[in-house]
Amino acid sequence: MKHEKYYVPEQSPWPIVGAVGLFLIALGAGNYVGGLRSGDTGIFGYVLLSGIAVILVMVVGWFRSVINESMAGLYSRQMDRSFRQGMSWFIFSEVMFFGAFFGALFYARMVAVPWLAGEGNNAMTNEVLWPGFEAVWPLVTTPAGDTTQGMGWQGLPLYNTLILLTSSITLHFAHVALEHNRRQALTLWLGGTILLGLAFLTLQGEEYLHAYREMNLTLSSGVYGNTFFLLTGFHGLHVTLGTIMLLVMFFRVVKGHFTPERHFGFQASSWYWHFVDVVWLLLFVFVYIL
Amino acid sequence: MTIATRDNQADVGRIDTPDHEHQHVTRRGWKRWLLTTNHKEIGTLYLWFSFTMFLVGGAMAMVIRAELFQPGLQLVEPNFFNQMTTVHGLVMVFGAVMPAFTGLANWMIPMMIGAPDMALPRLNNWSFWILPFAFSMLLGSLFMDGGGPAFGWTFYAPLSTTFSGDSTALFVFSVHIMGISSIMGAINVIVTIVNLRAPGMTYMKMPLFVWTWLITAFLLIAVMPVLAGAVTMVLTDKYFGTSFFDAAGGGDPVMFQHIFWFFGHPEVYIMILPAFGIISAIVPAFSRKRLFGYASMVYATASIALLSFIVWAHHMFTTGMPVAAELFFMYCTMLISVPTGVKVFNWVATLWRGAISFEAPMMFALAFIVLFTIGGLSGLMLAITPVDFQYHDTYFVVAHFHYVLVSGAVFSIMAAAYYWLPKWTGHMYSETLARWHFWCSIISVNILFFPMHFLGLAGMPRRIPDYALQFADINKIVSIGGFAFGLSQLIFLALVIKCIRGGDKAPAKPWDGAEGLEWSVASPAPLHTFDTPPEVK
Amino acid sequence: MPTLALATDADLNLTPGVTAISERVYGLHMTIFYICCAIAAVVFGMMLYSLIRHRKSKGAVPANFHESTRVEVLWTVIPFVILIVMAVPATKTLVAMEDPSASELTIQVTGSQWKWHYRYFDQGVEFYSLLSTPQNQIQNAEAKGENYLLEVDKPLVIPANRKVRFLMTSDDVIHSWWVPAFAVKKDANPGFINEAWTKVDKPGVYRGQCAELCGKDHGFMPVVVEVLPEAEFDIWLAEQQAAAAVAAQDETAALTQTLTLEESMALGEQVYLSRCAACHMPNGNGLEGVFPALKGSPVALGDPKAHIGIVVHGSPGTAMQAFAAQLTNKELAAVVTYERNAWGNNVGDVIQAADVAASKGE
Ligand code: HEA
Ligand code: HEA
Ligand code: CUA
Ligand SMILES: [Cu+2]
Repeated sequence: MKHEKYYVPEQSPWPIVGAVGLFLIALGAGNYVGGLRSGDTGIFGYVLLSGIAVILVMVVGWFRSVINESMAGLYSRQMDRSFRQGMSWFIFSEVMFFGAFFGALFYARMVAVPWLAGEGNNAMTNEVLWPGFEAVWPLVTTPAGDTTQGMGWQGLPLYNTLILLTSSITLHFAHVALEHNRRQALTLWLGGTILLGLAFLTLQGEEYLHAYREMNLTLSSGVYGNTFFLLTGFHGLHVTLGTIMLLVMFFRVVKGHFTPERHFGFQASSWYWHFVDVVWLLLFVFVYIL
Repeated sequence: MTIATRDNQADVGRIDTPDHEHQHVTRRGWKRWLLTTNHKEIGTLYLWFSFTMFLVGGAMAMVIRAELFQPGLQLVEPNFFNQMTTVHGLVMVFGAVMPAFTGLANWMIPMMIGAPDMALPRLNNWSFWILPFAFSMLLGSLFMDGGGPAFGWTFYAPLSTTFSGDSTALFVFSVHIMGISSIMGAINVIVTIVNLRAPGMTYMKMPLFVWTWLITAFLLIAVMPVLAGAVTMVLTDKYFGTSFFDAAGGGDPVMFQHIFWFFGHPEVYIMILPAFGIISAIVPAFSRKRLFGYASMVYATASIALLSFIVWAHHMFTTGMPVAAELFFMYCTMLISVPTGVKVFNWVATLWRGAISFEAPMMFALAFIVLFTIGGLSGLMLAITPVDFQYHDTYFVVAHFHYVLVSGAVFSIMAAAYYWLPKWTGHMYSETLARWHFWCSIISVNILFFPMHFLGLAGMPRRIPDYALQFADINKIVSIGGFAFGLSQLIFLALVIKCIRGGDKAPAKPWDGAEGLEWSVASPAPLHTFDTPPEVK
Repeated sequence: MPTLALATDADLNLTPGVTAISERVYGLHMTIFYICCAIAAVVFGMMLYSLIRHRKSKGAVPANFHESTRVEVLWTVIPFVILIVMAVPATKTLVAMEDPSASELTIQVTGSQWKWHYRYFDQGVEFYSLLSTPQNQIQNAEAKGENYLLEVDKPLVIPANRKVRFLMTSDDVIHSWWVPAFAVKKDANPGFINEAWTKVDKPGVYRGQCAELCGKDHGFMPVVVEVLPEAEFDIWLAEQQAAAAVAAQDETAALTQTLTLEESMALGEQVYLSRCAACHMPNGNGLEGVFPALKGSPVALGDPKAHIGIVVHGSPGTAMQAFAAQLTNKELAAVVTYERNAWGNNVGDVIQAADVAASKGE
């Protein structure tokens, strides 16, 4: 292993700012949500917003120092590897987060709902507690009798799948362009990817409206609606985050950052985007099609 | 007060350091601790935080033990008692034990592998400073109307959803940010170990503490997000109309337990694997003999970690799973005894025909081996499904996990503190005080936790503020042991403060049998250790 | 190991119980316990030997071996074999325990905060079983009785020598029905039914407790089972059926009765203290942030229909349970009257059984 000097940053104000920001978010959200039922949320909505603002300031400040250090050539290759590995593990943690919700989906679908319908050693569950309840998926009638409709995979979801898949490809082209130092192509492909991301989000919004207005499929429509909205919702949140990341990369590209050899920021964002894409594919298969 | 002393302490360290090209502008006073990116300072912060939380969680345990001193309700209302149990568990697990190990990792891993610092120093600071905020939120919720969380540290739905108090959302979000802190801390550890080892420090040359932490960090990254998912579902079930854990909407309360324990079981190994690493450093040092079976130690650790993902439902034997599932989880759980046994046997074989001496780190390490094994064996008894039906949710379980957590994890942390205090402070600790601490602790901890086995077998359920008369005598003994154990820890506090303030000057390597790069640098360790990596042969 | 000597002392060890299964479980427990003791003896013995013989102060010189594939394989394989020895009887016992088929009597056991409800399937008999230890004993104002916290107003009654099947479920949170002497502990999950069974050899009274944290009064939710010889059980069951028929008549009769405020308050106080006080507190103040106060509350002072509705049907999404099936119309009416007139609420209206029946839509 070749060793250059490993850059250890000086004392930095951003982490503590970040900690305060997270605290404000948690405190604000905790009290805000806790007060929803009584309708008395006090100032906590603002605390939550101020926390988000603080985090935004932190992200800008922190990234600015990192970018400046990077541009000043303070980072060794080893440092670059640290960033890459850090990002990969972060993505792994995200995979596990989605894993929890996929787990809930599989459990509800393959265990809870069939048991409520009397499968396995649960004949009495069905007979005594939920007579007449039958297991179907999507769960259009809950044991308590609430009804809803299943979201098909044709139409919007299918378009969205194609859009996201395409965006992964365009992003890949952007990356290739960067590696060959074709800056204009890079800008175009990257810009295109961002537009596709925005298109995805718009369509998803439309899908939600459709679900709420016309299908009576809501967050509280039993476990089918729960898993549907939490999985697609958290995914959508990640797409939003990914789009913001790509947007930042876009501006950096325009400012002339990144070289064919060194472009960790770009790469991290693109890994993230591909990850979000893969999650969507799983969603498409397990939430929509099957 | 103590912080100020630490201040001077580390300053001494800085003077010893050879100048390097870019001199850090180091802010002094409290700002320095807020803004630091240095692994040793952050390690120190973690360790003090953890000790504070140990006292806070311990104080709650004292409330529990005081109420249980006699039958009848004396001191607290049942609802408050439940809050004490819940927050005691949460604070000890997430506030005391985990941060203590992270603190040790911060201090020692860069030194052990010959790295200049942690790989991502700013992230490191962030990981730490989230914790005081998260815990002030959690503890603060105890003072709300209706009090803090009262549903056990395992927060089973629907007790934590439909039937919980208004502070539940605060609990959820504080767990979220604790999780963020743990995940970032773990990422930092992994990246440091994978990427910052000195030349020649191959994987199979790494000290076992580094190995066990590498695997622990992997477990953390794998399961903390699942905990985040679990609390998120609790939040939406309680406040946003979902029914993940409600049969009426097609969910299942038992599903909560599956998700929780998928996190929860690896979590308990997160609290013991680094302990194994510590013991594997101390036992050879004071036996003056190389660790027996280094390679098998590594493989055993990895096997424990992998198995930990497929045993979670041993916490749920009474929930009504199909027999096939009960058998599967019983067998897998029993299997974990094999790699754990390998570890215990390796330690004993290391002692065998060594030249053993009994300084405080070694005393605690030996106590660890014995008492952890007792806790492990009661764990094995719990794994046997048909008998677990009788043990489950009784004090037998409480006895089991305090043996592995208090006389296991906490004792290993004490052992580590004694072992490395000279390196941290530059002073030897008082061996007299250490002996007092050890003997008081070891006697009282057994008075405290051993009789709990009997309580459980005789049928006393856990998480109750009052009990039937036949449990009265033993509870009294247990409580007395508890108070004595709590007071004994104050000796440790005094010892540490005394050691920071002064004492015999510690040489670079105070233990003749110790091995590892950390002993190659001065005591106290200079603020920046290996700006240029050492060569490891 | 003090347990060895005291292995049969009921205060220190698992009970062998009074069923064939519980005896097997006890046997299994002791076997595993002895194996663990043996392992501990070997490991700690070796350790102690080293610590005494190989200490530096005695001039021990360290050897320098540090691995041996042979012993390492050995101490991987031997524990594995020990585990198999344990797993075989464990598996057999477990399979025997989880077979509720061919039972002669089925009882639905429903946990609800903080009492048990027993329903004899197809027999028309059901009742609630509540802690009967007086508050004064719990608050140390009075000497504690022999069965302190382990006594109920109406125990579950089952026959000896017949296989009884239990269907466990819950109205609210998870509870766990546990009688150590039967080696039965099964969670009562809301919305699902778990099955368990027992066949008791010896008539007698057996006591247990709820074994899953279920909120504030989890510690005050005992299980008491009275096992009667078969013939006596049949008589008991017939009596209960007769009593149930009388109660049904009373219920109809109550619809036309009119109680005075005093009568209603007296009955209401009784019901309130046994059913409502756990949450809303005897003084009606509730527990801030957890259980609402009734004293001066808009519900208790407001529209009686709404008040009756909440008590009868519960309040979905909260801890307030539906009492429609738990109390008679007369009792429901009385308790609402009580809540509207106690602690200075003084609304003055008297609710009658007929009002409650109307709310139920009967
Ligand atoms: C550091 C923490 C820690 C550790 C290391 C362990 C280790 C083990 N635990 Fe424990 N456990 C907890 C913390 C821990 N546990 C906690 C906190 C709970 C309760 C949670 C709650 O409900 O609140 C719990 C609960 C718990 C239960 C659920 C009980 C119940 O609620 O009904 C079970 C059941 O199987 C169990 C089993 C085991 C086993 C088999 C091990 C094994 O890893 C032990 C292996 C070790 C040995 C066996 C000893 C050494 C081996 C030898 C000397 C070799 C020879 C041995 C043989 C041949 C057998 N544990
Ligand atoms: C690492 C984790 C850890 C640690 C270190 C401890 C430490 C202790 N625990 Fe803890 N415990 C848990 C983890 C831990 N526990 C968990 C996870 C639960 C389950 C929670 C649940 O059911 O949800 C639990 C539950 C639990 C119970 C069961 C409660 C119940 O079921 O209702 C009890 C009862 O005795 C108990 C006691 C103690 C005691 C006496 C200590 C002692 O070791 C503490 C000693 C330390 C101090 C006392 C602090 C130092 C001294 C002072 C602050 C000075 C003041 C001293 C005096 C006034 C004497 N614990
Ligand atoms: Cu019911 Cu605990
Ligand atoms: Cu476990």
